Amino acid sequence: MSEMTGAEMVMAALADQGVEHVFGYPGGAVLPIYDALFQQDKVQHILVRHEQGAVHAAEGYARSTGKVGTVLVTSGPGATNAVTGLTDALCDSVPLVVITGQVPTHLIGNDAFQECDTVGITRPCTKYNYLVKSVGDLPRVLHEAFHIAASGRPGPVVVDIPKDVQFATGNYFKPKEFQHKGYRPKLKGDPDKIRRAVEMMAAAKRPVFYTGGGVVNSGRAASESLRELAKLTGFPVTSTLMGLGAFPAADPQWLGMLGMHGTWEANWAMHDCDLMIAVGSRFDDRITGRLDAFSPGSKKIHIDIDPSSINKNVKIDLGIVGDCGHVLDNMVRLWRSGGHKADNKALEAWWAQIKKWRAKNSLAYRNSNEIIKPQYAIQRLYELTKDRDTYITTEVGQHQMWAAQFYQFQQPTRWMTSGGLGTMGYGLPASVGVQLAHPKSLVVDIAGEASVLMTMQEMSTAVQYDLPIKIFVIDNQYMGMVRQWQELLHGGRYSHSYTEALPDFVKLAEAYHAHGIRCEHPGELDEKIREMIEVKRPVIFDCVVDPAENCFPMIPSGRAHNEMLLGDATTRVEDAVTDEGKVMV
Amino acid sequence: MSSKPATTHYPAAPTSERVESRTLCVLVDNEPGVLARVIGLFAGRGYNIDSLTVSETEHEKHLSRITIVTRGTPMVLEQIKNQLDRLVPVHRVIDLTTAGPAIARELAMVKVRGTGDHRMEALRMADAFRARVIDATTESFVFEITGASDKIESFINLMLPVGLVEVSRTGIVAIARGPEGM
Repeated sequence: MSEMTGAEMVMAALADQGVEHVFGYPGGAVLPIYDALFQQDKVQHILVRHEQGAVHAAEGYARSTGKVGTVLVTSGPGATNAVTGLTDALCDSVPLVVITGQVPTHLIGNDAFQECDTVGITRPCTKYNYLVKSVGDLPRVLHEAFHIAASGRPGPVVVDIPKDVQFATGNYFKPKEFQHKGYRPKLKGDPDKIRRAVEMMAAAKRPVFYTGGGVVNSGRAASESLRELAKLTGFPVTSTLMGLGAFPAADPQWLGMLGMHGTWEANWAMHDCDLMIAVGSRFDDRITGRLDAFSPGSKKIHIDIDPSSINKNVKIDLGIVGDCGHVLDNMVRLWRSGGHKADNKALEAWWAQIKKWRAKNSLAYRNSNEIIKPQYAIQRLYELTKDRDTYITTEVGQHQMWAAQFYQFQQPTRWMTSGGLGTMGYGLPASVGVQLAHPKSLVVDIAGEASVLMTMQEMSTAVQYDLPIKIFVIDNQYMGMVRQWQELLHGGRYSHSYTEALPDFVKLAEAYHAHGIRCEHPGELDEKIREMIEVKRPVIFDCVVDPAENCFPMIPSGRAHNEMLLGDATTRVEDAVTDEGKVMV
Repeated sequence: MSSKPATTHYPAAPTSERVESRTLCVLVDNEPGVLARVIGLFAGRGYNIDSLTVSETEHEKHLSRITIVTRGTPMVLEQIKNQLDRLVPVHRVIDLTTAGPAIARELAMVKVRGTGDHRMEALRMADAFRARVIDATTESFVFEITGASDKIESFINLMLPVGLVEVSRTGIVAIARGPEGM
């Protein structure tokens, strides 16, 4: 116990929680904390250019390290600007502690300058939030915030601290082993249920693992257990967007990503399987497509740390609440100790079927010698970066789906993308956070020219802190995914999805004191990607691609997994979506 | 391409499933904002609240007990319970409707205005329903009545012609029968 001010407690708690970097932006209501920050050297502050950028940077930092990301912003607009990032982190289960300044307690509710109801606004977009009204509560709240953010299903926690509480003095204590009053996430799965799951797996004839971000979140051991279990059983594995990398894309048992832009074989395997083993995935609507036609003939096992994920969208036959790392590990042990064997004869037939689907080569596209195809750009990027220590972030849209399809992830935590919320502008600030955590690694934001303009100001952050991020812009001059949907659903009326007056990205890079590259021909792509990698500064790479290219395969609105459209589909895409399907995009 | 009638990507409302009513008991930390979290959850996810009561029940532990009456299909009801249970300040969620026999009661204060025969009729009715007079003037009564919701409902209906002015109801509180606690 030692006496200090509330502001000093914040810095002490961050240091004691092992925080090395905090992303933030100062303002009136956090000045005491910034003053305390100035007078210590354990925690380094990264000055962003917008609070949304701070939260996304912290997300990138957290997801690439497994640590809690930390943010410090002021009251009012500082807090409201952070809301998009908070919601993004909640959707994708990213552990964050976001400290917001607040007007002094006696002014709360008084419509004071830069006042907003931060706990009210952030209540639905955080895992938990606090308004600290007494400095006596502050040390406990700060330590609790880290515990809640990181444990169970991870998520963002906001700690709102009025300015007078930052000035007040009280007793600080270090984090200690404690039990929260009521919050006890369940980590270990029910052994009987796990036993039943293993028996169902041994009896399965057409099984598939459907894995998600939970496997990545659970930590490295969960990915290892998944790999081992897949090897033991010989079952095929597919994954959601969020789970990419948990299972290596180079493995022959890998089916590719599933869902709206998933591969033919992954979606058909999901549709035709007799046993689905969902691990840390949540049956999101981008995955299931039409619910009443979703995998009609299968028994479904669902392993998730969040009980509310089970039976939310799809009826589950066996739900196991627990950390997927624990449960997968138990499954591996039980499979071994129980002497279980997969039904190899049935599996052989199942794999023969999968090979037929695979032969469709559903990611195929027509390449060109004149114009860069976006898929080709990502393939070349992959080939030229795969042997390096590489981290990939993305923005949201077509380029994101192509990145998911064509960049082959072999390891978890190498892939940072905004899945649940679909936040355009996520990738650039996220890459700032990733690069900070991994200064020697190659960090590439596969971006779209529309998305990246939403948070372009963070280039300035990257330059200030010598973070050599590579912004690889798939530039088709359209909000490509919007354009694709307008083509499919709205008679090709491209309402406001074309960006006129785009900036010159090379000059823009130079204006930020970064390095700019433009590439317009497939022939010069490799050489320029190499240049991008070699430059030891932040780079904006303007990759001018075919503006008309669409992202396939695709399950159109209102269709089921077995009704995918392919790139060279014989069905005309305009006829593929029914009126009812147009309602929901 | 099949020509099946398409719905949407999103779960369609399960029209075929029966909607049931449930009484849930939720034990929460009595801290600022906890009720907002519970109500916000119902509002944000589009769940129904038919009745909601809350009060601190264990002072030393700062625990409050919320009784919620809600409706939904079995899948939605399971979601409601799981969503409540994962809120950080929620300790326990008990479904009193399915956990075993339970008693549900409500308290109402009923103000009636009238003179002469109406006054006498109101008193007779109150007596039959075991409602107590807790305020009286020469032209009005306030009755206090406790019981199951339908009993209170019929009492109020009977008071209508007699001169009902207004009603204040607590909403339902409930507890499981038998010796066990929640």
